[in-house]
Amino acid sequence: MAENALLEVQGVSKHFGGLVAVDQISFTLRHNEVLGLIGPNGSGKTTMINLISGALRPTMGDIFMGDRLISERPARFIARLGIARTFQLVRLLPSLSVLENVMAGAVFGHKRLWGREARKYAARLLERVGMGHAIGMPLLALTYIDQKRVELARALAADPDILLLDEWLAGLNATELKLGIDLVQTLRQEGRAIIVVEHVMDAIRSLCDRCIVMNSGAMIAEGSPGQVLADPAVIHAYLGDSHA
Amino acid sequence: MTRNEGIGWMLAVAGFGAMAFLPLLEDADYLMGLALNITMFTVLATSWALFSGPTHYISLATAAFYGVGATVVAMGFEVLPFPVLLGLAGLAGGVLAALVGLATLRLSGVYFVIFTLGLAELIRQLVSWVQSNIVEVGSIQVFTDNSDNWIYWELLALAALVFLVGWLIERSRLGFAMRIIGNDEVVASHSGIHSAGSKVILFVISGFFAAAVGAVMVTKIINFDPDTFYLPIISFQVVIMALLGGVHRLWGPLLGVIPFTLLWEVIENRFQQPMEMFGVEIVSAGSLKVILLGVCFMLIVYYIPRGVVGRVETLARRLAPGGGASHG
Repeated sequence: MAENALLEVQGVSKHFGGLVAVDQISFTLRHNEVLGLIGPNGSGKTTMINLISGALRPTMGDIFMGDRLISERPARFIARLGIARTFQLVRLLPSLSVLENVMAGAVFGHKRLWGREARKYAARLLERVGMGHAIGMPLLALTYIDQKRVELARALAADPDILLLDEWLAGLNATELKLGIDLVQTLRQEGRAIIVVEHVMDAIRSLCDRCIVMNSGAMIAEGSPGQVLADPAVIHAYLGDSHA
Repeated sequence: MTRNEGIGWMLAVAGFGAMAFLPLLEDADYLMGLALNITMFTVLATSWALFSGPTHYISLATAAFYGVGATVVAMGFEVLPFPVLLGLAGLAGGVLAALVGLATLRLSGVYFVIFTLGLAELIRQLVSWVQSNIVEVGSIQVFTDNSDNWIYWELLALAALVFLVGWLIERSRLGFAMRIIGNDEVVASHSGIHSAGSKVILFVISGFFAAAVGAVMVTKIINFDPDTFYLPIISFQVVIMALLGGVHRLWGPLLGVIPFTLLWEVIENRFQQPMEMFGVEIVSAGSLKVILLGVCFMLIVYYIPRGVVGRVETLARRLAPGGGASHG
């Protein structure tokens, strides 16, 4: 295992029938690192997140968290080990209150609080993501951005070692984006490792220590944001022939 | 404990207390008969809703559990004392539920419905076959010293127990897990919840109670015949009553059981004759009841999908300007 690696993806592939959604990807995620997973739409980024979080099982290859082979395990087990995620299309629990939505992350997983303790903890996290005012509000009254914040609070409620953010910054306006980037920075400073799937270039440049670029399921580049975004293969993948 | 919970407890204690004195009234045979039916279906519908409410799985296995409970007592009443048999019956229902749950709860809802419906029929055929081919008896007369009053009190105790268990589940991690599963199973598993396991536990609890009811009822009906206990209509009645009352509150099914039992009483008394047209029988009395049951079901699903409880809550919100913050 590579030195200081928290998560290690080794030759992972995912096939859906004849379609190869993820093609022999290998990378490591280090402690305290923000890793960008980028690439054009349909390149397999979300599938990769689903493989790490246990929503899907790899067709081939292994994923280790430390010494644990997590790719053999169900999602609930992976959540308990300390990997939390958000979803590309926000998934909240409509019949639960805002506070209960956040509590859901703190009761059964990596963190196991209950009762008043869990409620206080969830309320603190809502404050943290800037949603303290919404504790008593019905979920359906929240804007899309606020729903995203509640979902992030739920993921954070598990106190994860690894956080998987699937286009969490997409759809934010300039001010919100600034706040969002700062928030992710502070999460890293707390010692969490974060994988961000992202299209917003500003966010990638200012957040990511390293980036992995995927195209049609395969990894086409790896390096610092500056390096990969200047890579001709990456520019080709995003923009096509005429710009290369 | 919140104020609402305190009121709930007082109402529950007062209600059960009043019901418990009913057998002491004189000349109350008709009332007792009604109360017995209501109590029986309250246990069945409430325990059904404990599982089906949060999971949205429609189980038609009530008759299977009920029948298994009755079968345990019918097989063992000459050997073992009734309280032991009651426990064994509940256990048998729980074990059956665990087996069915482990085998089918990974299936999607539709398959589960069909499987549970088939289950009662399968066990009925099996018990009938054993009765006629192996032990070679037509029907068993289950004579115990369980008097009518005691039968009623036993059902009442089961009802109290099912409410207590439901109340405890609601306040537990398990109850919270079930609400999350009911909303979004993907989120549940990514939050660390063992969703199949949680569902099986609740299914086992509902199987336990339905079997215990069957065990008590066989001492009331006395004549044990698989055809009268593994009866699909029991499963359907329970579903309709629970949906009529509303399954998102613990006391919801009760509000469906009471009106439906009364309505059923009317149907049973009013439609004893086959329906005739020009002197020719077009629908038998039995089929007519089933048709009416189906009509009730459709009306409920179309017009009160959230049950009586949903109606009551909407009304309460309208009466209390400020948006129904009083309940929760």
